[in-house]
Amino acid sequence: MSDAQPLVEARGVSRVLQEAVPVTLVKNIDLTVGHGEFVSVTGPSGSGKSSLLYLLGLLDVPTAGQVLIDGHETNGLGADRLAAIRLRKIGFVFQFHFLLPEFTVLQNVMLPMQKLGKLNDAGMKERGHALLEELEIADQAKKRPDQLSGGQRQRVAIARALANDPALILADEPTGNLDSKNSEIVQEIFAKLVREEGRTVIAVTHEPGFAEATERNINLVDGEIERDRRR
Amino acid sequence: MFWQVMFSIAAAQLTYRRRQTIVSTLGVALGVGFFIAASAVMSGSEKDLVQQLVDNAPHITMKDEFRTAAKQPVYIAFPEAAVDLTNTKPREYLRGIKNHGAIVDELSRQPGVIAEAALTGQAIVRYASKDVGASIAGIDPEKERHLTTVEEDMRQGSLMRLKTASQGIVIGGGMSDRLGLKMDDLATVVSPTGLVRRMKVVGIFRTGNLLLDEGQIYMLIKDAQVLLEKPFIANRIRIKVGNPDDAEEIAARIESRWGYRSESWQEVNRDFLGLFVTRNIITYSIVGAIMVVASFGIFNIISTIVMEKRRDIAILMSMGFRAFDIQAIFLVQGVVVGLIGMAMGWGIGYILLEMLASVEITIPGMTEKQGIALERGVFQYGFGGFFAVVSAVAAAWYPARKAAQVRPVDIIRGAA
Repeated sequence: MSDAQPLVEARGVSRVLQEAVPVTLVKNIDLTVGHGEFVSVTGPSGSGKSSLLYLLGLLDVPTAGQVLIDGHETNGLGADRLAAIRLRKIGFVFQFHFLLPEFTVLQNVMLPMQKLGKLNDAGMKERGHALLEELEIADQAKKRPDQLSGGQRQRVAIARALANDPALILADEPTGNLDSKNSEIVQEIFAKLVREEGRTVIAVTHEPGFAEATERNINLVDGEIERDRRR
Repeated sequence: MFWQVMFSIAAAQLTYRRRQTIVSTLGVALGVGFFIAASAVMSGSEKDLVQQLVDNAPHITMKDEFRTAAKQPVYIAFPEAAVDLTNTKPREYLRGIKNHGAIVDELSRQPGVIAEAALTGQAIVRYASKDVGASIAGIDPEKERHLTTVEEDMRQGSLMRLKTASQGIVIGGGMSDRLGLKMDDLATVVSPTGLVRRMKVVGIFRTGNLLLDEGQIYMLIKDAQVLLEKPFIANRIRIKVGNPDDAEEIAARIESRWGYRSESWQEVNRDFLGLFVTRNIITYSIVGAIMVVASFGIFNIISTIVMEKRRDIAILMSMGFRAFDIQAIFLVQGVVVGLIGMAMGWGIGYILLEMLASVEITIPGMTEKQGIALERGVFQYGFGGFFAVVSAVAAAWYPARKAAQVRPVDIIRGAA
């Protein structure tokens, strides 16, 4: 696999909801995102930003075209195989933190590692602490999510997304629920993940400030790429 | 490692709905508890009754009768022939088992077998101008001790005193009460043919069975032969075998060997034994219904958790948990509820059994209070527990499958 190999690629991807009146979420998307890119996806609401993100993250499957991860085709893979790829290569951050309320911050971060089962218990704890350290919330490790502020929770969610060291981080309106100060912090975290760790971040956002801070911006209108601009 | 995380998620969600979880666990526990109690009472009383049937009476009784009427000799001589005889009269024969001494000797030679020739009949016992009808059993005290439990039920005197006393009888407590007949009193015994003898009470037994206590008397076989005017005759051979379960088979062999009708205790009590089957079906249906209701409780709690935890399910799936993993989480919850219910049910069952063991009841037809016969074995606990876990897993199956079918995109999109 050469360095030029794109991390994630969409080839003619469409997603149509088969309902009484078929609803087209995204239409004929061609897109290539390489390693170490920081991409923002913008567009009016209902333009298919989130749908595209779920398709790229193998959380949803296209009705036409296909998504390639690390050059591997994913069409025809069963749900379990897709889950296995998500587990190793993709980390999700959503608008809502979706932390499990019964578990502590550290336990939440450890969940994907426990599922992967590569590290032993001590190793997972160590990595969990290191991630929380990196996101500067290590002091909250033993607290439960409802004892944290919104900004802290979102940072825990990012730590969880990073748990299995994925190359691709997909963020769906990650700052949508945060005040401007916390928004900036989260934005800066993503930038750092790209700059210092070489990860790829694709973030759906409707905040112009966020979009401007990224080096590449894709604007969707009615499910189609209206503009793909590199800075 | 993997099951550890499954288990911790399952446990976290169960404790999140603590009250409902406790209620449905209690449902299972009650089901198991009642299963143990009901099953202990049922099989306990069954075993107790069978034990009584086996111990109180001989295992096999050979009677001076034949199962089928005797054929005319001509039918035996020409089995294929077309013979028509009219106005034939069956041969009269002297009632009694022919050559009973030899039969008893031969049976007694077999290991574990006790055989006794006995003469039974009817008589009236008269005392203080009162008459009571009685069944006479003319027996051999030495052997009777091993054949039935009368010796154990003796309240005064003993069977063995029949041998030393002249013209002795052993009567039941009920007869003693009715006639005011006490130990060492002389009663008048009247045979159907009008023979009158004065006999001395040398023992009083009390079995708890009204029929026996009021109407059975024992005497030596030779006294019975004199009283009933049947010298040297025995009309019963009473047999005890090593293993009561073999009685049916041995009875068939004895009958084919000597021709006399030989009834095993199973044959005599066939209706009774059939009743147990019906009784068990009824009991276990009711207990089964309790378990079904308990299962609905588990179904309910797990369905509720699945409904409320759809977001958590969605995020776990987005992380890379497979549908199977999600299903496993909820099945584990079913197993956990089942296992805890089982453990609590064992406790409840144990307490119920302790309570039942201390209860004394009067059974109709019995004159004495009795404890409830209980079967307290591993089987009751094992089977109850097994049912608890199986029904819990079955109840969790559907909601768990529903959880596995959650499409994370739908949930996440809906939440955003």
